[in-house]
Amino acid sequence: MNDSWWSWDHAFAVFPVLMDGFRYTLLVTVVGTLIAVVLGLVVAIIRRISPPIIRGPVTWVVEFIRMTPLVVQLVFASMLLSQHLGGTLWVGIWVLGIHYTTYMAEVYRAGIDSVAKGQWEAATALSLPASRTWRAVVIPQAIRNTLPALGNYAISMFKETPFLVVIYVGEMVRQAQTYGGDTFRYTEAITLAGLVFLAASYPTSVLIRRLEKKLA
Amino acid sequence: MPENPAPAGTAQIEFRDVVKKFGDNTVLNDLNFQVAPGERVTLIGPSGSGKTTILRLVMTLEELTGGYIDISGQPLQYEEKAGRRVRVPDKQRRRTTTRIGMVFQHFNLFPNMTVLENIIEAPIHVMGLERREAVEKAESLLDKVGMAAKRDAKPAMLSGGQQQRVAIARALAMDPEILLLDEVTSALDPELVGEVLGVLKDIAAETDISMLIVTHEMQFAKEVSDRVMMFDKGSIVEEGPPEKFFSDPEHQRTRDFLRAVL
Amino acid sequence: MDGVIGFFEQLGPNLEILTARMPQILDGIKVTLLATVLGGLLALVIAIVFGIAQVAKYTTVRIVARVFVEFFRGTSLVVQLFWLFFVLPQLPYPFGFRLEPLLVGIIALGLNYGAYGAEVVRGSIGSVPKGQYEAVSALSLSPVRGMFRVIIPQAWALMLPSLSNLWIQLLKGSAIVNTITLYDLFFRVEQMRDQTGTWFAYIFALLAYYLIAWLIVITMNALEVRAKHSIGRGPALKHSLRSLFQAPGSPAKGGVA
Repeated sequence: MNDSWWSWDHAFAVFPVLMDGFRYTLLVTVVGTLIAVVLGLVVAIIRRISPPIIRGPVTWVVEFIRMTPLVVQLVFASMLLSQHLGGTLWVGIWVLGIHYTTYMAEVYRAGIDSVAKGQWEAATALSLPASRTWRAVVIPQAIRNTLPALGNYAISMFKETPFLVVIYVGEMVRQAQTYGGDTFRYTEAITLAGLVFLAASYPTSVLIRRLEKKLA
Repeated sequence: MPENPAPAGTAQIEFRDVVKKFGDNTVLNDLNFQVAPGERVTLIGPSGSGKTTILRLVMTLEELTGGYIDISGQPLQYEEKAGRRVRVPDKQRRRTTTRIGMVFQHFNLFPNMTVLENIIEAPIHVMGLERREAVEKAESLLDKVGMAAKRDAKPAMLSGGQQQRVAIARALAMDPEILLLDEVTSALDPELVGEVLGVLKDIAAETDISMLIVTHEMQFAKEVSDRVMMFDKGSIVEEGPPEKFFSDPEHQRTRDFLRAVL
Repeated sequence: MDGVIGFFEQLGPNLEILTARMPQILDGIKVTLLATVLGGLLALVIAIVFGIAQVAKYTTVRIVARVFVEFFRGTSLVVQLFWLFFVLPQLPYPFGFRLEPLLVGIIALGLNYGAYGAEVVRGSIGSVPKGQYEAVSALSLSPVRGMFRVIIPQAWALMLPSLSNLWIQLLKGSAIVNTITLYDLFFRVEQMRDQTGTWFAYIFALLAYYLIAWLIVITMNALEVRAKHSIGRGPALKHSLRSLFQAPGSPAKGGVA
């Protein structure tokens, strides 16, 4: 190669392309996290209140999703569902969301377990109906304890969005890879993509560590 | 063995103008005292009066804020060099602390090692003893503290009293010139206190190790001490031989304290 | 739904296809296992070295370790993989060399998960009770001896559950290595898909990964039981075989994935 290893021309050319992809990266992270936050709570409550005949299978499915590769799940789901969900972007969002649902369910379970037994007993003593006990007493306390973990998983999902390259979603790393393939210049594209990840995830994780200390 | 045997008459432990602060909180305020070779000194006083901090300073578990501590005339944490207060390097600190043993309130045995391994660890790896020698010595110490039968047990399988007796043997295996006893019975169930104090009384009677003791067991203090020091708010309120100290204390503060604990 | 019905209708013929393709599948499993085991070992070494370095006495060492950990945690596995595969060969002498794809996979997995592991190691070293450090000091043991003979053996029992989780994450992450031309388990399954159809191929792939994940769980559970027993907590391995089959939870603190 006759030019120098780092070309600012390429760097400036690829950066807007990366930012274009970054919009998808953020979209996937935000919606995926929302799915995981909501479904995770649903799963945690089902596992807590349902009879063993439901709890058993639910537990197994959660464990199965959690212990198998996201990448395989992504490709599998895109084969089956990309027409129904309007493209691989939404397949990616749902698969990531459901994969992280299995993590979040565990987080909520720990959160619910951390609500003192006396709180349940007090609710019973006041004859609060079960639904009210959950909504007014247990969930608010449980969620407080889960906030840092939720933040950590959101960052984690953010850094796992590049797995979506396997289903050709045009997020940032896919854009970098395409640019590299078109121009035979990978250096600037991929290095910058990495730095964008670092620049976004490091400050966020510092903030979450602070939140963790404050809530502890 | 000390590298430079101290000249006769040198104090075993000497505190000079010792200051210890935790943040803004002054725990020890310009403290001066000496412990003679072979002397047993008990420190008593209300909690927060700085007794335990004194032991931890001697063990170098805490860093001095001001002043000096000498062990047999050798600087422990800081020394004066050309008019400046200089930190003693870690290696040299460790050389001095090999002469000092400590028994903790919560035993602090190493849970991943058997009783025997706990005892021979430092003699082999700090003093450079042959394994055979170290084992022999450990066995005789275990015999002395009545724990010979448990030499291959893990600490978690022992009662608190048994763990503390092993911890005493572990400290003695280093042939310390100074033994620091930090509330060694405070974490024990009442019925186990006797066995530990019994072992310590034997050691006090059979050896001439200098001891610095923090305890709430006044009877024990009376029996083994040569001198008792009453602390309050980081200063010595009163000191004296136990007979006089316990029967006829001079200060009102001491009388109040003794009335509360006896 | 027809997919599900088709799955069962075609099960017999598909199993025959699977049998016929077994040599390639096994090759793929071999690559996946190599990446997972060697990547895992590299990650373990990095985790221990940088975990300890983060509590080192010298500020410079601590800072270097911190920067390393934050860097490899923060830049995403896929980016690191692509960087080593696409960018490294384009760098000028003496860096511009091409690594074997398998080596790229192992290094990227090791660096990324090793950085997460370093946090685990640091945390568990910090969780060893303060009294143990004081006893090391009171016996005048050298800090190095104390670290390796007293602190690490106790921290080991504390870190194993999290390391187990990380290792499973690493296995899962390894399924991306076919993007750098490695013929791993997932790649071989995709080759088979044209013949067997989607359902059969991917359910087979998921089950295969699931089983490998369980091998990791059982291995790590065994190590954990042994480690706990050696510090006097919990029964010997031969008395607690049931605990080997305990499913791991995802870390409730989050962020390991």
